[in-house]
Amino acid sequence: MAMTNYRADFPILNTRINGEPLTYLDSAATSQKPQAVIDALVAYYQHDNANVHRGVYTLAAQATDQYEAVRDQVTAFINAPQRETVFFTRSTTESLNWVAQTYGEQFIGPQDEIVLTVMEHHSNLVPWQQLAIRKHAKLRYIGLTSDGQLDMDAAKRLITAKTKLVAVAETSNVLGVTNPIKALAALAHQNGAIIVVDGAQAVAHHPVDVQALDADFYAFSGHKMLAPTGIGVLYGKLDLLEQLTPAEFGGEMIDNVTQQTTTFAAIPQRFEAGTPNISGVIGLGAAITYLQQVGWSTIEAQEAQLTERLLNGLLKMDGVTVYGPHDLALHGPVVAFNLNGVHPHDVATGLDMAGVEVRAGHHCAQPLMAYLQTSATVRASVMFYNTPAEIDRLLTALAEVKEFFQS
Amino acid sequence: MSLLKLGELYKAVILEHAQQLHHHGQLPDVPGLTLNNPTCGDVIKVQLDIQDDQIQQIAFSGTGCTISQASASVMTDVLAKQSPAQAKTLIHDFSQLVMGDEIDATAKTQLGDAAVLGAVAEFPTRIRCAMLAWHAADQLLDELGGDPK
Repeated sequence: MAMTNYRADFPILNTRINGEPLTYLDSAATSQKPQAVIDALVAYYQHDNANVHRGVYTLAAQATDQYEAVRDQVTAFINAPQRETVFFTRSTTESLNWVAQTYGEQFIGPQDEIVLTVMEHHSNLVPWQQLAIRKHAKLRYIGLTSDGQLDMDAAKRLITAKTKLVAVAETSNVLGVTNPIKALAALAHQNGAIIVVDGAQAVAHHPVDVQALDADFYAFSGHKMLAPTGIGVLYGKLDLLEQLTPAEFGGEMIDNVTQQTTTFAAIPQRFEAGTPNISGVIGLGAAITYLQQVGWSTIEAQEAQLTERLLNGLLKMDGVTVYGPHDLALHGPVVAFNLNGVHPHDVATGLDMAGVEVRAGHHCAQPLMAYLQTSATVRASVMFYNTPAEIDRLLTALAEVKEFFQS
Repeated sequence: MSLLKLGELYKAVILEHAQQLHHHGQLPDVPGLTLNNPTCGDVIKVQLDIQDDQIQQIAFSGTGCTISQASASVMTDVLAKQSPAQAKTLIHDFSQLVMGDEIDATAKTQLGDAAVLGAVAEFPTRIRCAMLAWHAADQLLDELGGDPK
């Protein structure tokens, strides 16, 4: 299938790095931003900037309307049942910490079990680990099958009546696999537990339906889906949110304050204390609009084609170890690999000389690195705006780096 | 790609050290200090055996990239048999060098093979790799400084 080239929409992709054209293959860390998103930020500050939910003047109403319109957009984007179930945070990390500090603080007790997977990003691991330490709860980890998928037999053994909470990434930021969230949610619910889903690596790559997934909480960031940094989302089921005490207090989240008492605003304002990241929300709205204009069928088809070229190219090369499944059908647009005998930092520096920007390190997943018996890997990740020629540039540069270090 | 540019960082001396590490391994019953590089998870342990105001034995162990391993290897050559005070000065000079600051010719000579790592200054993301073992040695010298000999 011929690919549509979206590069012109992303001004940064015209820059040169080390004298070479920028080949950006680190969208799993953060995506690039289309002009439409950049324009929305500029337009907001040029025409509509005012604080939200406060002023009675026209400008404040404009800002508030735009801000709340994005809540509706996000609600539809993830098919949340009510707009009140969607609130804005700083990031996926803040969303997940929020669940740990509210739901976790209120409902997890001594000897309760929290089930995680070994592929979790630190942001969906450390908050639960620290909660478990505070509450004397226990952590259980679901491992992987030999081909790098989540071991669902182990999940069935580990999720039991003792389990209070299951926390899992929808898509791994290292292995590229998408986990069977529906099946995990069913296991959790059969055992009276809730499921918290880290959607950071999923939302920009395929349609997400939080009701179909039956997720109790679903967290994601704007910056991995073409929006600015500093804006995140948390979705929670309404009956759960209504039971939770706010983690932060201050402006915007109150109903009435006296010297000694406060009543809180309704959900979702209750959970958005202080002036929010208004421009970030506006940017997120523009990003969703842009993604919908490109369309899921194009996004998924282009990313599958790019991933195939990347995965097959790496698998064909001698002396390359590819982590995660080798079966394309199981693979999202993230591929972690190592050049045998060459440290990933050296590989990444070599690729950088060719303008090819990839991540090298532990990808905020040190327990997974330990599980895979390595300290670090190289990681290339693609988005629909990449081109087959860019994948080829990576593969060519990688062959040269290999030659340089192994000759 | 410009492999020429890659050659500016990974000079022959560095590649030789990385392939044939000097003073690599563990010294029994010798004080050591371990540092890790939080961006990649690499770990380096440096050990120093100081007697009579002189580094009698030095070793490093752990895993890392070409730059951090080669840098640790050249460091052991540079610091061996130095006094703790001289070692501190050499570590400081090396730090200046990889940060891109000028150091005088004498200091450069004393740094020997390590001076080649000055090229790291052109690769700011790798300065941390080059400095890891030196930071470990520096901290260990401070820790051991108060010990009566």
